Amino acid sequence: MEKILEVKNLEQRFDLNKGILDKIKFKNGKFIKEERIVNAVNNISFSIDKGKVFSLVGESGCGKSTTARTIIKLIDPKGGNIRFDGKDITNLTGNEMLKYRKKMQMIFQDPYASLNPRQRVLDILTEPMLFHQVVSSKSEAMEKAFEILKKVGIRSEQATRYPHQFSGGQRQRIGIARALAVEPEFIIADEPVSALDVSIQAQILNLMMDLKEEYNFSYLFIAHDLSVVKHISDDLGVMYLGKIVEKGSKKHIFNNPLHPYTKALFSAVPKLSGTNLKNSKNVQGEIPSAINLPSGCYFHERCPYAKPICSKEMPIEKEVEKGHCVLCHQY
Amino acid sequence: MKKKLLQVNNLRTYFHTFKGTVKAVDNISFDIDEGEILGVVGESGGGKSITGFSIIKLIDEPGKIETGEIIFDGQDLMKKSESQMNEIRGKDISMVFQDPMTSLNPVYTIGEQMEEVLILHEKLTKDQRKKRCIELLKAVGISNPESRLKSYPHQFSGGMRQRVVIAIALAANPKLIIADEPTTALDVTIQAQILRLMTNLVKEQGCSLMLITHDLAVVSEIADRINVMYCGKIVETGSSKSIVEKFKHPYTKGLISSIPDLDKDKDRLETIPGIVPNMFNLPKGCNFSPRCKYCKDICKEKEPELVKVDEKHYVACHFPLREGEK
Repeated sequence: MEKILEVKNLEQRFDLNKGILDKIKFKNGKFIKEERIVNAVNNISFSIDKGKVFSLVGESGCGKSTTARTIIKLIDPKGGNIRFDGKDITNLTGNEMLKYRKKMQMIFQDPYASLNPRQRVLDILTEPMLFHQVVSSKSEAMEKAFEILKKVGIRSEQATRYPHQFSGGQRQRIGIARALAVEPEFIIADEPVSALDVSIQAQILNLMMDLKEEYNFSYLFIAHDLSVVKHISDDLGVMYLGKIVEKGSKKHIFNNPLHPYTKALFSAVPKLSGTNLKNSKNVQGEIPSAINLPSGCYFHERCPYAKPICSKEMPIEKEVEKGHCVLCHQY
Repeated sequence: MKKKLLQVNNLRTYFHTFKGTVKAVDNISFDIDEGEILGVVGESGGGKSITGFSIIKLIDEPGKIETGEIIFDGQDLMKKSESQMNEIRGKDISMVFQDPMTSLNPVYTIGEQMEEVLILHEKLTKDQRKKRCIELLKAVGISNPESRLKSYPHQFSGGMRQRVVIAIALAANPKLIIADEPTTALDVTIQAQILRLMTNLVKEQGCSLMLITHDLAVVSEIADRINVMYCGKIVETGSSKSIVEKFKHPYTKGLISSIPDLDKDKDRLETIPGIVPNMFNLPKGCNFSPRCKYCKDICKEKEPELVKVDEKHYVACHFPLREGEK
């Protein structure tokens, strides 16, 4: 199977101290150099096959969105490499990236903040088409915009409206339409449904699946809710503190979750039968700060199965069955 | 038979704007027993939050509670003045808001904000107040509470802030807590922690809880009874079990089937087509008729009334679904 995206040993860090002066602190009568670095993404690798959906799941603050932004190079990676469609795009400059930007599009989480409030829907869609020269004239762009709007379920008379005249679900449809406008091959969807009502969530997920089948593009889908990704993904990666702790096919993760964190995520999903929350033992506490990473396995402080070794050594990735990798000392 | 703590009769809250009148809450009646957890479910714009705000009379211009009785613990809140209401708010009825990022004041410490409730509603000395604050923070699961009292909200994560808000809501031992989407802004793991915490606290303290949310799965996990709201009306009400298993209203069915199910493997999710109608221009007859696949002529003409279908289970639909029709 051909790969659309390959990410190897990707790392992303943010330095909280902007200048050298920030780093120098006066403590106990001495000047010392203090570094405060957020380790957002710590050495992750995964790949996405053409026409498949790969989902990254995890709590807020685990580096899912940073991973997405690094892949599309809104932020430059601090280590590792990214190959898109066989070509290394890790060190490309902004100008060189342009032609890849056309092929990779992003759908953002918050439909209220990701659309320019002063642009009409039609302009939101035609601007990227004209910029990337997908179309030759303005009239062609308009025609195409109407066609796309129809696909995502926005009526053509609504095309001249402004974003504030739409509901959250409709705005997310416009966000999707904008991503489609330049005929991408790969779409990064950063929590596209988490700001929406449950009933609207289902509509948007179905729309994304329909479009995928029609255009045959690949998705990197980011979510914090396992039940949402179940229907859309082919493969999954579970992230915790900037590391992928478990990855595998949908079948692996859903039928045979191995990592304690994956299991915890499952037990947190509210279910209609109404017994999941009451009976399950959930993980305690919250995700630790990415500034001072815990020693050993990052999850050991919250892990119900933690052993002494867990706080000392970082486990190595182990392939338990074909294509199903887990990062835990238990296996 | 348990004692009724809150009884709402024919409540109507309208918003009079230049564009017309919005009937945000339109003639609803329900009650909450002592120690009961009532869930209120529906999509955004269904009037759930306005119902909550109406109970503690936090409706601002251009909104107005038109008619209705809100009988809380034997007294009609509609007859209370603003200053009398202030004694009830926070003391007998307290509220947990949706967004933990904005419901705490960023310029006061956690301790100061918790103390405020105690100063207003309880006669305690300074030391007693501090002790009580520490107790409360412990109860909601915040570690080393003494040092945390001096922290500011921005030093807390979303889940911890929501714990603090819950602690404040509990401070004066209220009889009723109204929680307006308390977990919507949180991660699933934290949501599970907060929900479990709230159910335990309600059970321990014996107070009642009105839980407002758009997620039926969340409600079904912890509520005793559920009201399903659509366009300002209660379309179905019943015990959690009978709502989830024997739902009669097509809207409830739609809400249930649009929840992604972890145990089932489907390619597409079922959806309710369309969106909540414009509140300025509600359809004639049943509000749900334009989105309902069972819609018949009468639905577009006559508004259905709530009718009893089972023990404590009422539904407002001309053609309630039969069992097994899933």
